[in-house]
Amino acid sequence: MSEQNGMNLTLYVWRQKGPNATGKLESYQAHNVSPDESFLEMLDEVNEDLIKKGIEPIAFDHDCREGICGMCSQVINGVPHGGQDRTTVCQLHMRSFKDGDSIYIEPWRAKAFPIVKDLVVDRAALDKIIQSGGYVSCHTGGVPDGNAIPIPKKAADYAMDAAECIGCGACVAGCPNSTAMLFTGAKVSQLAALPQGKAEAAQRVREMLKTLEECGFGNCSNHYECQAACPKGINVKFIAKLNREYMKSIFIK
Amino acid sequence: MQILKSVIGRKILMAITGQCMVLFAIVHVLGNSSIFMGPNGGLINAYAEHLHAFPPLVWVFRVVMLVLLCIHVFYGITLTLENSAATPANYAVKRHLKANFASENMIWTGLIMLAFIIFHILHFTVKLSSLGVAEGTDALGRADVGTMVITAFHNAGYAAIYIVAMIALFLHVSHGFQSFFQTVGLNNDRTQCCFTGIGKLVAFIVAIGFISIPALILCRFI
Ligand code: HEM
Ligand code: FES
Repeated sequence: MSEQNGMNLTLYVWRQKGPNATGKLESYQAHNVSPDESFLEMLDEVNEDLIKKGIEPIAFDHDCREGICGMCSQVINGVPHGGQDRTTVCQLHMRSFKDGDSIYIEPWRAKAFPIVKDLVVDRAALDKIIQSGGYVSCHTGGVPDGNAIPIPKKAADYAMDAAECIGCGACVAGCPNSTAMLFTGAKVSQLAALPQGKAEAAQRVREMLKTLEECGFGNCSNHYECQAACPKGINVKFIAKLNREYMKSIFIK
Repeated sequence: MQILKSVIGRKILMAITGQCMVLFAIVHVLGNSSIFMGPNGGLINAYAEHLHAFPPLVWVFRVVMLVLLCIHVFYGITLTLENSAATPANYAVKRHLKANFASENMIWTGLIMLAFIIFHILHFTVKLSSLGVAEGTDALGRADVGTMVITAFHNAGYAAIYIVAMIALFLHVSHGFQSFFQTVGLNNDRTQCCFTGIGKLVAFIVAIGFISIPALILCRFI
């Protein structure tokens, strides 16, 4: 694009050299940004500029760039993924900004998500929660025929809605208490709704909640900020289900 | 105990104790409304006499309420501290999409009420003499609760303390009522808006009911 008809933006980006370094917001200019670019493409161009100037480029996580991997973890203008309904950062386009805008870009902030560098955080705590119970331990064999395991459509839909979670951590980043209850609730609900998962439901919810606490996540106080921040719109009814599954687990050995 | 160790277990205890106190507040405001029935403090003296007719029951009730309050306050404070420990660094810019003033300030409206409850008990239950409580008996020889309350609320300072505390109650219950159903798992996407609506309505009616007493007395309507 040779003509100068794009937007000019001022970015305030969190720069932090390493996990223990003190970080701060640095301001950069983004010139001639096309409205058709994605947010990450805009950052790529800013980084090319920075490299040319001999400045270390901004480190940020990304992978699929099509809204399914959950890697792109940025809080944009105070909202995880930028606040466009059901949209990841990689699917956010520059047409939702105006010429002259200031944009604040920060990493997920939570004790359980230590910053690795700049906008990159370590979300391994979510994996630890899954490892502690987000699975079915019996062998279910190869992929069965579509209709071989009879599951009512309602239960299948419910499990599928919960399984939509991409594990990006926006629920934690948006939560005033930095809790991962929506993430945990989605996995607990998904498995508890299906026949293969039901058998281990009590043990699963206990173990996953124990790990959640050990990882340093907070506790839900029902602000419902997580659902609003979730790029997949995972419903807070799965937190109620998590609480219900926990209640049931009290009475099961 | 497993429940006391679990993140959700402690939260459930806080929710149940909180909702029990909401029930208490509803009964309390209904009872207090007897002050409007009839002249000069109305039926409140008769109501108070009935309440205290059987002292052992009064004491059992007081102990139960105290235990509820202690559990609720203990977990309210400890969970709030744990939550702020989980978010050590703040965002330079943070915009909330769903959280509101009531939900963000539960600990503060709670602590205002805690201070208020202590004051309120010293004021109208212990009847601390340094608070200038008008203690006496009415023509029928009953404790004159009506005159005590009316005298107290002719003082703008005391009326203001009660009104501010009840605004805190409104905020606390307007989030807490629906929060209870979510926390104990009796909620889903269909019931959520219903509980939120009922909670705000209950909080509003209870708070207005309580506030009307000091407000109307201060303005010399009773
Ligand atoms: C005296 C009357 C009180 C009533 C009727 C009441 C009621 C409630 C209810 C129903 C909840 C919701 C429980 C849930 O999370 O599901 C709640 C939460 C809470 N209450 Fe109270 N409460 C009272 C006093 C207090 C006091 C004195 C404190 C002082 C520390 C307090 C602190 C809290 C906190 C911190 C929460 C958690 C809010 C959250 O989930 O973020 N409350 N309360
Ligand atoms: S990069 Fe994969 S979801 Fe954004």
